[in-house]
Amino acid sequence: MSARRIFARPARLAAIAPYLWMVLFFLVPFGFVLKISLSQTAIAQPPYTPVFDFSEGRAALAAAFAQLSFDNFRLLLQDNLYILSYLRSLVVAVTSTLILLLIGYPIAYGMARLPQRWQAVAMMLVIVPFWTSFLIRIYAWINILQHDGLLNQVLLTLHIVSAPVVWLSTDSAMYLGIVYSYLPFMILPLYATLSKMDSSLLEAAGDLGASPRQAFWLVTFPLSLPGVGAGALLCFIPVVGEFVIPDLLAGSNSLMIGQTLWLEFFTNKDWPVASAAAVALLLLLVPPLVLYDRLQRRQLDAGR
Amino acid sequence: MARAATRLTRFNMTSLALGLAFLYLPIVILMIYSFNASRLVTVWGGWSLRWYHEFFNDRAMLEAAWMSLSVAAVSATLATLLGTLAAVGLARGERFGGRALFSGMLYSPLVMPEVISGLSLLLLFVALNAERGFWTVTIAHTTLTMCFVTVVVQSRLSALDSSLEEAAMDLGCDPVRAFLMVTLPLIVPAIVAGWMLAFTLSLDDVVIASFTTGPGSATLPIRIYSEVRLGVKPEINAICTLVIALIAVIIVIASFASKLSNARGESAAPL
Repeated sequence: MSARRIFARPARLAAIAPYLWMVLFFLVPFGFVLKISLSQTAIAQPPYTPVFDFSEGRAALAAAFAQLSFDNFRLLLQDNLYILSYLRSLVVAVTSTLILLLIGYPIAYGMARLPQRWQAVAMMLVIVPFWTSFLIRIYAWINILQHDGLLNQVLLTLHIVSAPVVWLSTDSAMYLGIVYSYLPFMILPLYATLSKMDSSLLEAAGDLGASPRQAFWLVTFPLSLPGVGAGALLCFIPVVGEFVIPDLLAGSNSLMIGQTLWLEFFTNKDWPVASAAAVALLLLLVPPLVLYDRLQRRQLDAGR
Repeated sequence: MARAATRLTRFNMTSLALGLAFLYLPIVILMIYSFNASRLVTVWGGWSLRWYHEFFNDRAMLEAAWMSLSVAAVSATLATLLGTLAAVGLARGERFGGRALFSGMLYSPLVMPEVISGLSLLLLFVALNAERGFWTVTIAHTTLTMCFVTVVVQSRLSALDSSLEEAAMDLGCDPVRAFLMVTLPLIVPAIVAGWMLAFTLSLDDVVIASFTTGPGSATLPIRIYSEVRLGVKPEINAICTLVIALIAVIIVIASFASKLSNARGESAAPL
């Protein structure tokens, strides 16, 4: 115990460098996003009017506060484009999380029931795509889904359709891409809770007369809810801000908020509005992020 | 009767097989098409290395590939160093002020939308008047990937029995020596796996790199991305296959490292 305490001091000292790094490159940048979201758009380089200038002391700071502008946020609330892209992001994230749960659960469940030796193999097989490039995996689907791609060729050869179907630039293609990319994020937390489950509980349920189906819904599923929560959050949060998948696979008539932010930043060069969009997106994500953080910490504590 | 509840059913097997086929089939198809001699992606013109040849003569692509590999190597090394230190602080530091903030900062980038991380880092670099290019992308990738390293190494450290360190200190080691001689050798596999993960994540990123890079220094994913937006090109199939092959080698090394870790301790890192 005492040795442990002696060890804790240098361990804390070790954390100083990464702590400072994260403050400088993770926390402070959010301050800049917030600051620039409150400044005016200007045709300049960089394209915004400076809000604070710390070198001019306190009086200047007070003057700057008076100058803060909520115009960018007002714009976000008034312009339909932004409201629609927020709603679309939420709808897309909720829908894909549900699809992922529906597809991921049976796979994780199957994995958890494999013989011990095969579980490790199956887990490896699920993790490997997570390592392979995300962009490449989306590109692989473009190959398949394009006008004269493999899918249409197969469908035409089998006479299921008489003319090539438009798959690219549709919402279905986007959902397919999202499900494909995020499936490992859903499977792994589900598998983690399902494989730890005590099988004698199910045997007890069976002995007490429950059919396998009843046992699943009354025992297995309720006990797997922490995994369901972790998997859902792990998919929902990044999908809300997703950019690459909707940009490459969905049509351009309705945008997700990540795409709107990108458009404002790179095409319109309107940094303040892009920053305001980022702040609004972040506010949307705070509740699920806090929930996720709490789940993570509970799991780490339980693992100790 | 009781065993029926935990048996592997046909439904279990089918969903598992279909799930894995869904995950792997598109990649396999892409790799096969990269050897297609025909310019038309859809017509099979026989096996050929033509598109690999094209890639190795494409100066801009090669430069982007070199930029990506060096960013990935440098940022993965920095991230492994910082992430391991952070993991030691979290797993062994017990309570300290700002611990919740620290772990929050380390866990949120794992799920934070990349557009936000990219935009916020760019605004910082602009405010600091930093010249954008290799180093800004490297710093951005280090910040993102060190969080993944922390998670991998921390879970390994938490699974380790800290009584080994205590025993070493009872035998007269100071804490730093105890860490270097007892703990570090035991977590090396997790550190190696963390480096590999950081390397592949950096090699994969488009969004953060697009925000933080400067003119004239595009990474490979940025170039691939702009080509893909214009449509499918056989050369891209070949580049993607090469990247997959590189990552496959890395995975084999990483899984070897984690097997080593399994042999020495009971539980492996989650990734």
